[in-house]
Amino acid sequence: MHWWLPLKASTFTGPIDGLFVAILIITGIAFVLVEVGLIWFIVKYRARPGRKAFYTHGNTQAEVIWTAIPAVTMVALGLISNHYWVQIKGRNSVPPNAYPIAIHAKQFEWQVTYPGADGTLGSADDFTVRNQLHVPVGRPIVVHLSSEDVIHSFYVPQFRVRQDVVPGMDIKAWFQATVPGTYELGCSQLCGLGHYRMRAQVTVHTQDDYDAWMKQAAQEASQ
Amino acid sequence: MKSWLTTTDHKRIGLLYFWTAFVFFLLGGIEALVIRLQLAQPSGHVVSAETYNQLFTMHGTTMVFLALMPLSASFFNYIVPLQIGARDVAFPRLNAFSYWVFLLGGLFLNASWFVGPLFKAGMLNVAPDGGWFGYANLTERQFSPGPNIDFWLLGLQILGISSLAAGFNFIVTILNLRAPGLKLMRLPVFTWMTLVTQFLIITAFPVITVGLVFLMFDRFFGAHFYVHGAGATPLLWQHLFWLFGHPEVYILILPAMGIVSEVLPTFARKPLFGYTVVVYSGILIGFMGWGVWSHHMFAVGLGPIADSVFAATTMLIAVPTGVKIFNWIATLWGGDIRGTTALHFAVGFIAMFIIGGLSGVSHASPPADLQQTDTYYVVAHIHYVLFGGTIMGLFAGIYYWWPKMTGRLLSEPLGKWHFWLQFIGMNVAFFPMHFIGLLGMPRRIYTYSPDLGVSDLNLVSTVGAFLIAVSLLVFIANLWRTRSRGETASNDPWGGATLEWSIPSPPPVYNFSVIPTITSRLPRWRTELHAPMQDPPATPPGPIHVPGGSWWPMVAAFGLPLMALAPLTHTLWLAFVGAGVLIVGIYGWAFEPFEV
Repeated sequence: MHWWLPLKASTFTGPIDGLFVAILIITGIAFVLVEVGLIWFIVKYRARPGRKAFYTHGNTQAEVIWTAIPAVTMVALGLISNHYWVQIKGRNSVPPNAYPIAIHAKQFEWQVTYPGADGTLGSADDFTVRNQLHVPVGRPIVVHLSSEDVIHSFYVPQFRVRQDVVPGMDIKAWFQATVPGTYELGCSQLCGLGHYRMRAQVTVHTQDDYDAWMKQAAQEASQ
Repeated sequence: MKSWLTTTDHKRIGLLYFWTAFVFFLLGGIEALVIRLQLAQPSGHVVSAETYNQLFTMHGTTMVFLALMPLSASFFNYIVPLQIGARDVAFPRLNAFSYWVFLLGGLFLNASWFVGPLFKAGMLNVAPDGGWFGYANLTERQFSPGPNIDFWLLGLQILGISSLAAGFNFIVTILNLRAPGLKLMRLPVFTWMTLVTQFLIITAFPVITVGLVFLMFDRFFGAHFYVHGAGATPLLWQHLFWLFGHPEVYILILPAMGIVSEVLPTFARKPLFGYTVVVYSGILIGFMGWGVWSHHMFAVGLGPIADSVFAATTMLIAVPTGVKIFNWIATLWGGDIRGTTALHFAVGFIAMFIIGGLSGVSHASPPADLQQTDTYYVVAHIHYVLFGGTIMGLFAGIYYWWPKMTGRLLSEPLGKWHFWLQFIGMNVAFFPMHFIGLLGMPRRIYTYSPDLGVSDLNLVSTVGAFLIAVSLLVFIANLWRTRSRGETASNDPWGGATLEWSIPSPPPVYNFSVIPTITSRLPRWRTELHAPMQDPPATPPGPIHVPGGSWWPMVAAFGLPLMALAPLTHTLWLAFVGAGVLIVGIYGWAFEPFEV
């Protein structure tokens, strides 16, 4: 049974998993300290005849220490998070050479529009395929997300990428797949009765395979 | 019977709150069990997708608004006046009104399960189904044409009135009715946290009310507050909802933190460590709770600047929360700890709440949250906070104050069975959800494919949910047994430091035969500077006037669901009837002579 993080299949997995594990370790230390302290005290100071609790109502030094250490840690985590966040979602984070794909979400399907042979969206050789996202490996992909009706969310766990698709907004999200294979794109924002079946297959090809697929799919679409 | 329907006694209203909220809690729990049955195996078909969406919506709505908040309110009602040495709350009839509005609002919401046939639909067809967060524009008429969302938005508006009325009542009570000498910094921490909670309620509920009124206008009158085609954006709803929703989280947890701050010192035989710091961090949480709402929206695309600000505030709110935990542990340090059931639950609160608090730190980091948001990881997080935290804290309060409220002690052996079953059950139910979420199972999906690799974990989680159900059966058995065979409680079965333990259990209708004068933070304990107070005499030295009951609060309360029925049934005259009932009720109440 696989029970830890899903397969790492995009360039975002490094920073995102890294941050997650770093936070897990830091919070894990806090967790162990708290639980050990708790158990130690309730065992050591359990009521016994003849013993009395000792009287104290606080200690300023202790308060300062256990306020300052978490505060500094939290600020540091915030700054580190921001550093990576800008790389993932910053306005200028999309690489200029990113390969464009348009995805139109509607209840309950993903309409994926490919740029065709010329590599640009909005030209005559664009074609649309339902619930099939094919991307080349090792190349930044920029997805133009739009919604027909309600809010959906574009989510591929193996890429660690998620972007809500908000009606009335044209949102770009980018990622770069690193491992060829097939994955699942699922809607992760409640969008109605069919929310659970709003899924698409994601196929990551090598560039050659991708070109071949593209040629064939364009032909099928034009028929 | 009549005396309960017309009661304005805060103690009786507290018990009414308890029993009503407890029934709703069981109802929400049954909804959770059906959800867990549906998810026990991949591609399950225990219920239909339609019913499933209604189940998770009503589970969330019920637990937040009809179970946890009013269970806290039951202690606000019963305990706060006793802790401040008052004879009742400031506005006893407004208090009764709050209760009746809560009951009727809860019934209104839950009626949606059964009234489908009246709307030309089946039973189990018209309950709210847009999630407890009700995101627009899915909840607009275009995408949710049935009466489902109408029940939700009208029911929540009714419940908001109950919370607001109670909020003002308790603020005035705590600020104005304290016994002589009970300065603010001598208040018991539970009363302090109640005060902070009430300020959050009176400031946060107007925000969701505005959001709900906008939605109501969109749905009934064709307004366009959340319709993007008309130049608006559905994101407005998310901002309004979470601007309410995050303070709401603290509305749910602060009372439980207050309870833990009462239970630990009593059973460790030590004053709370760092009283001032615990109080101020509670106040700070109240303020900071207003500046973190957009962390629910990191996947929306607000841009890195907004996201980073909210990430920073969210990181920082962990600090006062952590400080409280350290102070509780330091309270245990060097104590003489008696392992009662109440203490078990209070310690269980710390042990479990910390898990929810720490997993919250990983959502505060936007990149880490991007992988977690809207997955079962977040479901795990909220259940560690609200079940491991709030429910554990509330049960600590129930075992601690039950003898005060009913005059009988709950069984300790049964209480410990309850605790351990619930403790194990919740971890079996909710811990695997962390992994289910990390593996990529989104929230609110009706079924999942076996390929996702989460089938075994989901089965384990379902087993845990049923363990929790068993633990609650033990609790119910304990309540039942205690009713007739429970040990009779003295004034002070635990050796508590606060005023409620200075009077009989249950207290007489006037509470204090003589209002005590307070000279210390721990009035009933001997401290370095203070001798313990004299408990009030068993019989009052002179007659005490206690106002009689009134029908009018209940009458007035009936006006609100009647008004809510008007839009639901498209019957205009009902709105006038409802408003008439409300106005007549309020006038009757205002002009009622004092002596009844």
